[in-house]
Amino acid sequence: MALPGGSAGQEEGARPRAPEAPQQPQRKPVIQRSQVVVRFAGDSGDGMQLAGMQLTAESALAGNDLATLPDFPAEIRAPAGTLAGVSGFQLNFSSNEVFTPGDEPNVLVAMNPAALKANIDDLSTGAIVIVDKEAFTESNLKRAGYESNPLTDHSLDRFQVFEVEVGRLTTLALRELGLGNREVQRCRNMFVLGLVSWLYHRPLEPTLSWLNRRFEKSAELREANLRAVRAGYNFGEATEIFASSYQVPPARIEPGVYRNITGNSAVALGLVAAAVSAGRPLFLGSYPITPASDILHDLAAYKNFGVYTFQAEDEIAGVNAAIGAAFGGAIGVTTTSGPGMDLKAEAVGLAVKVELPLVIVDVQRAGPSTGMPTKPEQADLLMALYGRHGEAPLPVLAAATPADCFECAYEAVRLAVKYMTPVIVLSDSNLANGAEPWRLPELERLAPIKVEFRTDPEGYQPYLRDEQTLGRPWVIPGTPGLEHRIGGLSSEHLTGNVSYSPTNNELMVRIRARKIAGIARELAPTTVFGDPEGGDLVILAWGSTFGAVREAVKQARAAGRKVSHVHLRYLNPLPADLGAVLRRFAKVMVAELNLGQLLKLVRAEYLIDAFGCNKVQGRPFKVSELVARIERALK
Amino acid sequence: MAGTLTRKDFVSNQEVRWCPGCGDYAILAQVQKVLPEFGVAREKVVFISGIGCSSRFPYYMNTYGFHTIHGRAPAIATGLKVTRPDLEVWVVTGDGDGLSIGGNHLVHALRRNIGLKILLFNNRIYGLTKGQYSPTSEVGKVTKSTPMGSVDFPFNPIAVALGAHASFVCRAVDVEQKHLGEMLRRAHEHRGGAFIEIFQNCNIFNDGAFHELTDKPLKADYQLILEHGKPLIFGRNRDKGVRLNGHKPEIVTLANGASEKDLLVHDETDPALGFILANFAPPMPTPIGVFYVDSRPPFEAEMNRQLERAKEQRGVGDLRKLLYGGDTWTVS
Ligand code: SF4
Repeated sequence: MALPGGSAGQEEGARPRAPEAPQQPQRKPVIQRSQVVVRFAGDSGDGMQLAGMQLTAESALAGNDLATLPDFPAEIRAPAGTLAGVSGFQLNFSSNEVFTPGDEPNVLVAMNPAALKANIDDLSTGAIVIVDKEAFTESNLKRAGYESNPLTDHSLDRFQVFEVEVGRLTTLALRELGLGNREVQRCRNMFVLGLVSWLYHRPLEPTLSWLNRRFEKSAELREANLRAVRAGYNFGEATEIFASSYQVPPARIEPGVYRNITGNSAVALGLVAAAVSAGRPLFLGSYPITPASDILHDLAAYKNFGVYTFQAEDEIAGVNAAIGAAFGGAIGVTTTSGPGMDLKAEAVGLAVKVELPLVIVDVQRAGPSTGMPTKPEQADLLMALYGRHGEAPLPVLAAATPADCFECAYEAVRLAVKYMTPVIVLSDSNLANGAEPWRLPELERLAPIKVEFRTDPEGYQPYLRDEQTLGRPWVIPGTPGLEHRIGGLSSEHLTGNVSYSPTNNELMVRIRARKIAGIARELAPTTVFGDPEGGDLVILAWGSTFGAVREAVKQARAAGRKVSHVHLRYLNPLPADLGAVLRRFAKVMVAELNLGQLLKLVRAEYLIDAFGCNKVQGRPFKVSELVARIERALK
Repeated sequence: MAGTLTRKDFVSNQEVRWCPGCGDYAILAQVQKVLPEFGVAREKVVFISGIGCSSRFPYYMNTYGFHTIHGRAPAIATGLKVTRPDLEVWVVTGDGDGLSIGGNHLVHALRRNIGLKILLFNNRIYGLTKGQYSPTSEVGKVTKSTPMGSVDFPFNPIAVALGAHASFVCRAVDVEQKHLGEMLRRAHEHRGGAFIEIFQNCNIFNDGAFHELTDKPLKADYQLILEHGKPLIFGRNRDKGVRLNGHKPEIVTLANGASEKDLLVHDETDPALGFILANFAPPMPTPIGVFYVDSRPPFEAEMNRQLERAKEQRGVGDLRKLLYGGDTWTVS
């Protein structure tokens, strides 16, 4: 068996091929596939996220459509080799349109017994399992809770198992570099990335250039990682273990410029784009919380856009500082997850009352309480809609995909300044960390965001409203002649002076409610995927379930079912035509990762006998689950 | 224009609604008196408050104002001051608002040295909720919520501010108008965050809490006015002084062999001395005046400098480059 990295000649000969040139000599048979789901799993220190992200970059260059899902352990450094410490990254790449990270992996890369054990039940029969054979020691098996070695006890017989000595092969490839064992072992992820890249004809260029950038300052580590990737790649080609490789031809993708984007990064970019469009500085007041912190990290790097990031002492200070910034004329934003939403409620109510623009991003995670911080759920909907004391309505938007987070963040700022109101954007941990190719928007086509501070003292009153939007004028301190006071106490129509008049209070409550309800006027008519004229069943959904629902509906339709899909971006106000649209269907099923929150709303709002499809396992819907649920619903 | 302003320019058209005789009136009057003297344009002045009797303050000032929610005024003011360093932002809070529900925000605003002027009206009681003990009420305080006396050990606001490394810490008394005006001026002139504890009499629920400091015959013996570079002398005959014995302060009588040069000389820039003074307890007199000052740069200046530096180093942000830069690919 020729080992990788042995001679310069061999390395030269094994230069990675780009998929655009599939005709290059290939010793082994090549099998065509239309879709592959790969999952990397290992200890949280094994670099599985990086391997997964690089395979994603390679697949994007290969022209596939794709979706990803990282799965982080809740503990930062759980004991090595235990189930609690397993970190995973799943990538679905395809020649067709991709909506989800995939139900069942076709390939599992398991760096140790715990990683195998935590993931093996998700695999379909015949799946490829690549394990680091050396990690299957007695102590590791015990730590993972195996009583016998799965590599020898035939429990894996229904899979194609490939045992690779990843550690030894990586060591061999790096032996001339004189690195310590620790550094060498840290390159194992690049070895398996190289191997999987070979197996699926992925172009290595994105990974090589990424490594060059990442280790710009350390020639040694750069060389080590580059060698490890190439070694893995060459090993695939040279070894007898793999009899064939697979090709996944490019997908037909809408023309445009693309980049991969996670939901959190898309939120950050959407906020910056909106602030630039509005011509105002952006102020983020935030407190670190999983899974929202990356928005804070991203924005902290955009200071040259006039972005202030303020890491506050707590969630409450984060939102209040954002309100203070909005009072001064900035685009005030706070980002958080469920527990932080609880804490911010009072301040959000203040922003509703004083009618200042504010954007609150809730990256939902599984609750209640601390719950499962790294896992997705959609159970904050009713809190977003109603979780404040008093009558305190505000617009609520939910992003459907990682790229859609850009649009929603942008739209939230637009609505906030147009209607002078706080706006909640719901994302979740699936969108936050999941990535997909994003067709970049043409900047000229982004909706304009107009901010005009009132400066004319003539006839000014703090609550004199715009006739159309009912928004009050935004006047910022520093404007001569317009000095005024706002506050949380009930205030008089027009003047804003403190008022305890019962009728005035009701008037103001009703005006604010009308202002928010009126946003429905500018919402596009509801689009129905499937049968716009009506049919047997419509699935109503919102947020990150988009991909799974759309794929399931597609499959059911291919099997002849009259099923449609309506996906909501605006949860408040709801689109004006939604009730009428839903009534065109014999059955309405509301699919969501909670126990029926949108369901309650729809039943209350439209008196429709809708029913739910619900899951609260800290996991997204599987397409297969939804397809089965559709079949049952149609019986 | 700023130079021509008078007290009247800072008086709003809203009827003042504190209880008759409340110490808040005196503070309001002094603030309205001295603000025009600072020469700041009225539109550049913002008063931000939380919840409590004192927090009604912004309604009575004809400046920009924001009456917010309980305890959060320093946080709201932080967002404003950071993005609008051109504004003069005053925070009005109380012992409940600032030290109980909002204690976290207060200490962090002071620690960060946000350039806010924070007035903490300390009346050692909850007034607006009708008379419960507060975090500055003395142990044993009998109130509606502590019929057998409070067992809570109180905060010392000056020590809290010093402990949070506030860059300007002082104490004033509501009815000591001239001294209060002087403290407000010092706070205004201080570039970083300023903390002013103001002893304020709540004549309804805690009348006379500071009577030794305000009653004419008593106050000279109980009040110690701090002046930078001057020895600590007090007493109606100015015959008592404070001297350090190790780290322990003690009272000496000047006539009895002790002379001025034995006395402790106040140094506003000495944090250790600030702590010693903050912890004066009977029989020591109660210090008023400036306990501590340092000139470290305010948070907002540093943060805005970072933004400027980022623009210099990377150029003013270009949205197209931001979105289209990096790892993109083109599908045609
Ligand atoms: S209750 Fe006390 S503090 Fe409040 S307004 Fe009346 S006297 Fe002043």
